[in-house]
Amino acid sequence: MKQIKIDPITRLEGHGKIDIFLNDDGEVENTYFQIPELRGFEQFCVGRPVEELPRITTRICGVCPEAHHMASAKACDAVFHVDPPPTAKKLRQLLYNVFFAGDHTTHFYALGGPDFIVGPSAPASERNILGVVKKVGLEVGGKVIEMRKRTQAVLKVLGGKQTHQVTSLPGGVSKGITQEEAKEIEQHCLWFVEFGKFTIQAFNDIVLKNQEYVDLILSDAFAHKTYYMGLVDANNRVNFYDGMVRVVDPEGKEFVKYSPNEYLDNISEHVESWTYLKFPFLKKVGWKGLVDGKDSGVYRATPLSRLNASDGMPTPFAQAEYEKMYSTLGGKPVHATLATHWARVIELLSAAEMALDLVRDPEITGTNIRTIPTEIPTEGVGIVEAPRGTLTHHYTTDAKGMVTKVNLIVGTTNNYAPISMSINKAARGLIKKGVEVTEGTLNMIEMAFRAYDPCFGCATHTLPGQMPLIVRIHDTNGEILDEIKRN
Amino acid sequence: MAKPKLALYWAASCGGCEIAVLDIHEKILDVAAAFDIVFWPCAMDFKYQDVRAMEDKSIDLCLFNGSIRNSEAAEIAHMLRAKSKVVVAFGSCALEGGIPGLANLTTKEDILRVVYKDTPSTVTQNGGVYPQTHSKMKEGSIEIPELWETVKSLDQVIDVEYYVPGCPPQPEQIWAVIEHVISGRPLPPKGSILGATDKTCCDECPRDRKEKKIKQFYRPFEIQTDPNECLLDQGMVCMGPATRSGCGALCTKANMPCRGCYGPPPHIVDQGAKMVSALASVIDSTEPEEIERILDQIADPMGTFYRFSLAHSILRRVEKV
Ligand code: SF4
Ligand code: SF4
Ligand SMILES: [Fe+2]
Repeated sequence: MKQIKIDPITRLEGHGKIDIFLNDDGEVENTYFQIPELRGFEQFCVGRPVEELPRITTRICGVCPEAHHMASAKACDAVFHVDPPPTAKKLRQLLYNVFFAGDHTTHFYALGGPDFIVGPSAPASERNILGVVKKVGLEVGGKVIEMRKRTQAVLKVLGGKQTHQVTSLPGGVSKGITQEEAKEIEQHCLWFVEFGKFTIQAFNDIVLKNQEYVDLILSDAFAHKTYYMGLVDANNRVNFYDGMVRVVDPEGKEFVKYSPNEYLDNISEHVESWTYLKFPFLKKVGWKGLVDGKDSGVYRATPLSRLNASDGMPTPFAQAEYEKMYSTLGGKPVHATLATHWARVIELLSAAEMALDLVRDPEITGTNIRTIPTEIPTEGVGIVEAPRGTLTHHYTTDAKGMVTKVNLIVGTTNNYAPISMSINKAARGLIKKGVEVTEGTLNMIEMAFRAYDPCFGCATHTLPGQMPLIVRIHDTNGEILDEIKRN
Repeated sequence: MAKPKLALYWAASCGGCEIAVLDIHEKILDVAAAFDIVFWPCAMDFKYQDVRAMEDKSIDLCLFNGSIRNSEAAEIAHMLRAKSKVVVAFGSCALEGGIPGLANLTTKEDILRVVYKDTPSTVTQNGGVYPQTHSKMKEGSIEIPELWETVKSLDQVIDVEYYVPGCPPQPEQIWAVIEHVISGRPLPPKGSILGATDKTCCDECPRDRKEKKIKQFYRPFEIQTDPNECLLDQGMVCMGPATRSGCGALCTKANMPCRGCYGPPPHIVDQGAKMVSALASVIDSTEPEEIERILDQIADPMGTFYRFSLAHSILRRVEKV
């Protein structure tokens, strides 16, 4: 038996590691994707005042603190049985949609996009944001930096800090916005919508007009038939901040639609001894291991999953693209993991359109932004869509609102099983007896999980570099037979 | 002349410090122009081996974020120490343990039990499965690092030249530090705090502080505060008096009390102890019993006064009795 280690692929919480075992025929016997770190938020949040959790759980992730801030604030609303005033809800949603637009931009241009824009087999030194700029022009690079700059500026106004926001608390938000601030944010949002349309156009021109890429997206090596999950509004349209969780089966039929406080009837987590991360699955289907299909409780929670699980987008331009995607890719649901990139740019546009609608709502500058809780706090669940999947915070408190129990099911974690399966399938498809394992092979394996934009994906393809990978092929005695380094 | 070499690394952190570096926006291109970036796992090719092969002290500046929680992070910290002339503990977690350091209020055993057994969505088979450092699978063996009992700050593991506080450090402050290094101006004495000032958060806060004597404390969700008056004066526990300035009092400007992420002010070792004395001085009483009664209204003093600094405080960790 030979062992190939891909170590480290860098962080979800810490670094990820992939081990690939080859049998004596040189075929892939099995793969293991390990997460080697645990910080224990579920335990050390116990004993804290519950209203502090929106300011503590942000530190689960500095890439998507907004998602934890919102899920936490919503869980706090539920704990105190309060409903924030409409202005407060709209301010939270405005912040959240601006964040979504910015976060999806980073992934599309810097992390996942380079595979398509520069090409999956281009030299690694070009498969990064600088390569993207070279391919599509310096102006685009400037636009991406400006997009980040503008979103961060809005987040600072609405959240108090651009990273690790502080303004959401049980019953509402601590700070409203003035007419002038709203006018300024409106200008930013107009820019975001244009940027969203520009990004859709770029995706059309670069990816969809290239048959090779379309074939790659639709190839079996990158497909899994699973359940799909996403938050939907009353009309079953995608909503990032609020609504019911809808799950569709691998044929696209609604399997269940549940409200946040019913999550325990629907989601369970499986523990394996070889990794610190748990594997969530659909409780009513059951854990059958790392396999896809209707009998396996494995589900996906990604931009593509949200589109698969919904009946449409809440905004007009994004809706048009939604329809186009499904007609191009042969109807719903789409199982092709790589189509997640397309879904992501559709969501980017939708988030920008939503933010513009919200900031133009006359209520957004209202001054009634808090409902002071009066009931005795008990227990509550808050769910939002994080860019990387459905995010659930569940808190229980004593009568004083001191936390006694915390349960968290985090965005990327939902996808731990499917990411592991995608790595396995790509490795099996690519590593064959007598075929040399090259850097290109590694990139294709990487692409299988990069589409999920896993939080350790921040590690890949940003400014001047590329995914760090070292692969070692060991024989059964641990002797290194081969080593491939990404340079 | 060869460009100075720069390394950035994250240990047990959330990634927010890295985002804060990216938040200097177009100036990131100046950083790329001024430095030869030799190691930055978040942004570029990860070359463990290449760093290991470098000569000692060949990296000019190493910005290290995140606390130390396992053997793997400690090993990299030691390696980067040997290879770097200047190591900077960057951000609250590296500086003083940060929010992950709150784990020192509990034990590794309790963390594992809650995460892998007690949480209501977790399915426990055969009495529960815990992650193991070495796993023998049918195809071969695979490993994950061992979790430490105690979260440590960077300077509890290696020698550190400078500290940049903040959770995360504010981008303007990061740029000020980097610009100073690029300019070639002499560096301050070892042990200095960079990217902050020598005052307290209160000094930067625009609120009107009258040092009223308070009889009751409130929690943030309980009252709507006056936007111009000091939060502490209004009975809201605000860490401003026990926190170094540098952020521009961001939280209080957003009507939320400071939680102390910029660490203790100059000459103060223990932020929590400083906060207790600051509070004692605003309480309207001279009766020890009454003072105690009023202080008792504060929810979770430990997790509030030491929100970011527990691992580096005189307490370091709270032993279970
Ligand atoms: S205690 Fe807080 S609110 Fe009051 S002046 Fe200091 S920082 Fe500002
Ligand atoms: S006000 Fe306090 S908690 Fe907020 S950013 Fe500044 S130092 Fe950190
Ligand atoms: Fe994240």
